[in-house]
Amino acid sequence: MYGKGLKPLSIATVAMIAVSLSLVFFYAPLDADQGFIQKIFYLHVPLAMTALVGFIVGGVFAIAHLRTDNRKWDAYSYVAIHISVIFGVAVLITGAIWAKASWGHWWVWDEPTLVSFLIVFLMYATYYPFRYAIEDRDRQARYASVFAITAGAFVPLNFLAVRMAQSLVHPRVFATSNGGLPGEMMLTFLCCLAAMALLWVTLVKFELTAKSASGQVKRLRRALDAPAPGGSSRIAPEVS
Amino acid sequence: MLLPLGAPALPLDEAGKYVAGAYVVFVVLLVVYVAIMAAKLQRIERELREVATIAEERKDEKAEVPA
Repeated sequence: MYGKGLKPLSIATVAMIAVSLSLVFFYAPLDADQGFIQKIFYLHVPLAMTALVGFIVGGVFAIAHLRTDNRKWDAYSYVAIHISVIFGVAVLITGAIWAKASWGHWWVWDEPTLVSFLIVFLMYATYYPFRYAIEDRDRQARYASVFAITAGAFVPLNFLAVRMAQSLVHPRVFATSNGGLPGEMMLTFLCCLAAMALLWVTLVKFELTAKSASGQVKRLRRALDAPAPGGSSRIAPEVS
Repeated sequence: MLLPLGAPALPLDEAGKYVAGAYVVFVVLLVVYVAIMAAKLQRIERELREVATIAEERKDEKAEVPA
């Protein structure tokens, strides 16, 4: 019953996004340095944080899969990574737009934060062909779990390495000696972060519900000895 | 590479298009995702209808067989 609680969760997500956008444009003060362009921060950073945490969550689900050998956890891991990759695309595009407006360049190759996120994103982009390449479903699930755990462990290490690197241009606004974000901006940011986290959870639940429904139809077909339709997915794990 | 670190903030009319662009990208991605999910849902519904038809045909076949 993956669809249980999906309706209130969706409503809460939409409400939270609406509140967050209102705070961004009507409550949070304009940044003294960047002005109006800083509004991208409230979209870009929560998306990035949610995507990175989502990759780690995918790794945690993969650990559960290897420990229990329950295919449900493989599906959870796959969906968590899938949604995080979509968030990653949004992070890269919104980041490029912000970079162009702030620095005059779409991309800056000597900036560790940007390049490290790109590395993480590209690493997870290989997850799909990796799954595609393995025919046997059990091996596919096991190998994908090992990948998810290894890549998931790389994410916090990568984050720490970047935090320790001396950056010249990418702003550091959390836990800095300069005082960090002012109260109104912090409140707005936290609301945006909660909205993105809720959106991630909702999309994961949507995806799992769709996979579950598809899995139930396949079970029905098998029970009726009905011919399988063409074009069924080989990579996406089933949820029964 | 020399970056304009000390550059003044962009004027609102110029910054606005970038901010709008970023938020529009987010909305477009969401809409594309919803469209893909809608297509998946349609496929599941179609398959479910096919399975229901097969089940009904089997039921009718059983009913036609004389006892």
